[in-house]
Amino acid sequence: MNVQSNTASEPTFLSLEDQAYQAKLRRRRTLVYSLRVLFLVLIIGGWEVCTRVGLVDAFFWGQPSGIWQQLVTWVTNGTAQGPLWEQIWATLEEALLGFVIGVVLGIIFGVVLGQYRFLADVLSPYIKAANAIPRVVLGSIFAIGFGLGIQSKVALAVVLVFFIVFFNAFQGVREADRSLLANARILGANQRQISVGVIIPSALTWIIASLHTSFSFALVGAVVGEFLGSTQGIGLMIETAQGTFNANGVFAAMTILAVIALLSEFLITALENRLISWRPNTVSDVTL
Amino acid sequence: MPIDLPMNETITPPDISSRNTSAITLQNVTKRFRTPTGQAYTALHDLSLDVSPGEFCAVVGPTGCGKSTTLGLISGLERPNQGEVQVMGQTVQGIDPRIGYVFQSDAVFPWRNVLRNVAAGPLFRGIPKTEAFEKARDWIARVGLSGFENHFPHQLSGGMRKRVALAQTFINEPQILLMDEPFSALDVQTRALMEDELLNLWSSTSASVVFVTHDLEEAISLADRVCVLTAGPATVKGIYTIDLPRPRKVAEIRFEPRFVNLYHEIWEDLRNEVLISYERAKQHGQ
Repeated sequence: MNVQSNTASEPTFLSLEDQAYQAKLRRRRTLVYSLRVLFLVLIIGGWEVCTRVGLVDAFFWGQPSGIWQQLVTWVTNGTAQGPLWEQIWATLEEALLGFVIGVVLGIIFGVVLGQYRFLADVLSPYIKAANAIPRVVLGSIFAIGFGLGIQSKVALAVVLVFFIVFFNAFQGVREADRSLLANARILGANQRQISVGVIIPSALTWIIASLHTSFSFALVGAVVGEFLGSTQGIGLMIETAQGTFNANGVFAAMTILAVIALLSEFLITALENRLISWRPNTVSDVTL
Repeated sequence: MPIDLPMNETITPPDISSRNTSAITLQNVTKRFRTPTGQAYTALHDLSLDVSPGEFCAVVGPTGCGKSTTLGLISGLERPNQGEVQVMGQTVQGIDPRIGYVFQSDAVFPWRNVLRNVAAGPLFRGIPKTEAFEKARDWIARVGLSGFENHFPHQLSGGMRKRVALAQTFINEPQILLMDEPFSALDVQTRALMEDELLNLWSSTSASVVFVTHDLEEAISLADRVCVLTAGPATVKGIYTIDLPRPRKVAEIRFEPRFVNLYHEIWEDLRNEVLISYERAKQHGQ
């Protein structure tokens, strides 16, 4: 009971100190944001200056102003393959489909294999081997097998995403706390309740952590798939730019990809905070 | 297990008599574990123990001697290699719903708030949500956590999390209560509070308790009987009846002359075992 009265009196007692602390936090945040902007200005400005002065050859290495020009051209006049938005959507669609399928398959396999030790022991050398080979080369197989359409890119994205999510889900299930499992059994949980109520929530932290990296891998899968043969998409734009020695075009496409990746990262963090609201709040907004 | 069944049938007469007298019976129980390298390790050797209905029995012994294993056997989480474990006169065949178990580590579910943690047992057992939550609110109030229903475990102190664990166990109204060094991670003051809290909760039930601890003071303050185990493989070295009157105040009882006498007497027994296990640990470390 004394605990309750303590927490009730704390806010008034600490309010002055609290305000000072809040102000300190605000100052720190402002500093972080201004330094971020400064960093960007230095990098891009330095690059631009180096190409203008002639230290770096803008023809081979691109130039920020040229990249901007290229982006403006794409937005206003469209790309060689058609309107820019269509290209972005094509890549995004492949990446999203690959991401969703890869995540679902990864979670299913991870949760099942994590619970059946014997099955995991039998399959482990093959899983390790499959994980060790550079899976991007499978893109060539998919291009041959599935053709120039969306399937080959989705398949590559699925393969890249699957392993990341799978290993995390698998590990998460293995790391489920022994006493929590014993406690659930004593309290009367059956096997299904243990899976849904203990094992999956335990693994969720691991699974969601893997989503951050796996969406960028889905993008890689989609773009590389387009490289290897396609009729639209950002990967094709990069390939076309490369073919015409247009370094600015490559960088401009990269910029678009970076924006997509950042946006998706933001969405996944929001999802993470929603799904694991029970976790101690160690993630402050500075990391965003 | 196949060996247990015919044995159970042949000893039917004593089985019935034990049904009347004992809530828990461990009869010549031996439990071996295998280390990951395949070596066998004997945790309990030929251990026999009886706990009467409504009795509070504390089990003390040196660290790592196999105290927790006895609880694992009673709860049905583990099976004995030899001997028999009975609860209410029936051989333990699996997890018995009449058993409650408070773990040493924090075993409350971190993703459930206090209300849903306390209601976990009834919900797992298929009691309707509204009824389970109503019961849970009642138990939360009884352990003094009203107002914290929506807090998550990480927002609570260690003592408060233990209160949640107690409510989570007591809500199932267990007839057998197993406790595995439940308060060992708490600071001394919180610990005394929790011990009183436990005696208070227990006094309103008729549950038999097996309380495992390495702290002799805690054992004597709480229990009707203290059972001293030997350094592993554990077997019973001595059993002492604690005739201190109830209700007890844990913080005060340890200054009473009778308490001090009992402490001296049992410590004589326990000290040698502690020394043996310490020497072994030292050799192991070298």
